[in-house]
Amino acid sequence: MHSLTFDIAHLLAGSLVLVSFMLLYQDRLYALLNVYALHALVLALSVAWQAYAQDAPHLYVTAAIALVFKAIIITVVLHRMIVKLGMHREIETVVGIGPTMLLGMTLVALAMVVMLRVTAEADPLAREDLAFALAVVLLGLLMMVTRRNAVSQVVGFMSLENGLVLAATGAKGMPLVVEISVAFSVLIAFIVIGIFLFRIRERFDTVDLDALDRSRGGGL
Amino acid sequence: MALILDLAVQGTQMVLVLLLAPLLIGFLRKMKARLLRRQGPPLIQPYRELARLLRKDVVLATSASWLFRAAPYVIFAATWVAASLVPTFRTGLLFSWSADLIAIIGLLGLARFFLALAGLDVGTSFGGIGSSREVMIASLAEPAMLMIVFTLALVAGSTQLSTMAGFLVSSEVGLRVSLGLALIALIMVAIAENARIPVDNPATHLELTMVHEAMVLEYSGRHLALIELAAALKLLLYISLIACLFVPWGLTHRGASLAVLAIGLLAYLVKLAVGGFLLAFFETSIAKMRVFRVPEFLGAALMLGLLATLLMFVSRSL
Repeated sequence: MHSLTFDIAHLLAGSLVLVSFMLLYQDRLYALLNVYALHALVLALSVAWQAYAQDAPHLYVTAAIALVFKAIIITVVLHRMIVKLGMHREIETVVGIGPTMLLGMTLVALAMVVMLRVTAEADPLAREDLAFALAVVLLGLLMMVTRRNAVSQVVGFMSLENGLVLAATGAKGMPLVVEISVAFSVLIAFIVIGIFLFRIRERFDTVDLDALDRSRGGGL
Repeated sequence: MALILDLAVQGTQMVLVLLLAPLLIGFLRKMKARLLRRQGPPLIQPYRELARLLRKDVVLATSASWLFRAAPYVIFAATWVAASLVPTFRTGLLFSWSADLIAIIGLLGLARFFLALAGLDVGTSFGGIGSSREVMIASLAEPAMLMIVFTLALVAGSTQLSTMAGFLVSSEVGLRVSLGLALIALIMVAIAENARIPVDNPATHLELTMVHEAMVLEYSGRHLALIELAAALKLLLYISLIACLFVPWGLTHRGASLAVLAIGLLAYLVKLAVGGFLLAFFETSIAKMRVFRVPEFLGAALMLGLLATLLMFVSRSL
């Protein structure tokens, strides 16, 4: 059977997929951000375990970045932001949780079928990490598609990025420079999106992105 | 000689589940009352209720058919057989060749089918509402339950409960996220199936919240006693099932000595008490959800089951 190392890596990566589903399921904004913090925390644990398993100390830095930037700073900032925008009690009307969940399951199945076929020769640890990472990325994309609120789209984007980090740590030998630059580019994207949020809100009095469609001349 | 011993153990188990089921209900009510700082009814109250119901005359509606009279016996028999197949204190019982998890789900499905039919039989609108809601819940709970069974069967390589429990207690299992997901999903299904609080309130006769009670509203006397006993047996069955699959420590094997059997029995009682207390604690700390949110609740269970199966496939294929 498998070793304990593999089992724990499997457990953590599997939990990351599960938390992605929780993100998809949660329709209260404030709780959504808490779930996102959990997502980042699980990612940090997963990366730290990979660092231990691969004996690659620089991955601990990645884990620390995930923990400090994503689980703490971004979450706190987003919390403040939605309180400032006065929408921390808002409940988002998500289009049908049931169909979204089924779609999510299909995406996870797709990710596994694709990744396990493609990476037949790789190390088991990397294989299952890549499969779960693709699942997390696809679920993040799904979340960005199904949500109408700009803040939850941002959360979808950040969870997608978490999936990328998981993939990067699973594949051995990604240099730390790339990782740090990815982390910073996400941070900058986050700041830009934040500024945009306030601009959208100033202009339309809402962060519901349907308002943008209407202003452009009627949705579809 | 061995056959007689096996028969005796199987018989003990059948009597044991029948005797313990009302006690479990009594314990649950007592715990809930104590958590609310009330005194609560004595532990043996359910036995008294059953005895009283058995003594009373049966009142039948004029429109009731033979089905209405036959249904309680079918429901009780199916549930009792299912409950006595789940290993409680010893695996490898005499009938354990038939203790297949899918067969147990089938027996419970049979009982539910007859309960829903009986609810419709008299032709009152209450019974109809209850039956339609019960079937709606069942149509979501059963796929979730089957997903859980698939996950466990993939882990243990069998759907036979004795084999599964034997495998899960060994050290070959390792650390598996799928098992955790399956446990949560199984608990959610058990809550829905037993009409416990977030899904249905077993203690009220309020129209808006009724599912199980609405179906049995027309029953009286010994028929009602059988249905109540079957409901208690079902709760016992689910707690035993969770205990047998996820906390299988203390289960003894075939050919164990009497002292070991006694320890197994004691462990089983402790597990039941812990399960009952946790259920009571959960019920007092949560509010009942609207009927239209039940599909979401069970949908989450179904999703967890599916996810567990998918994750299982990944770790198996590596």
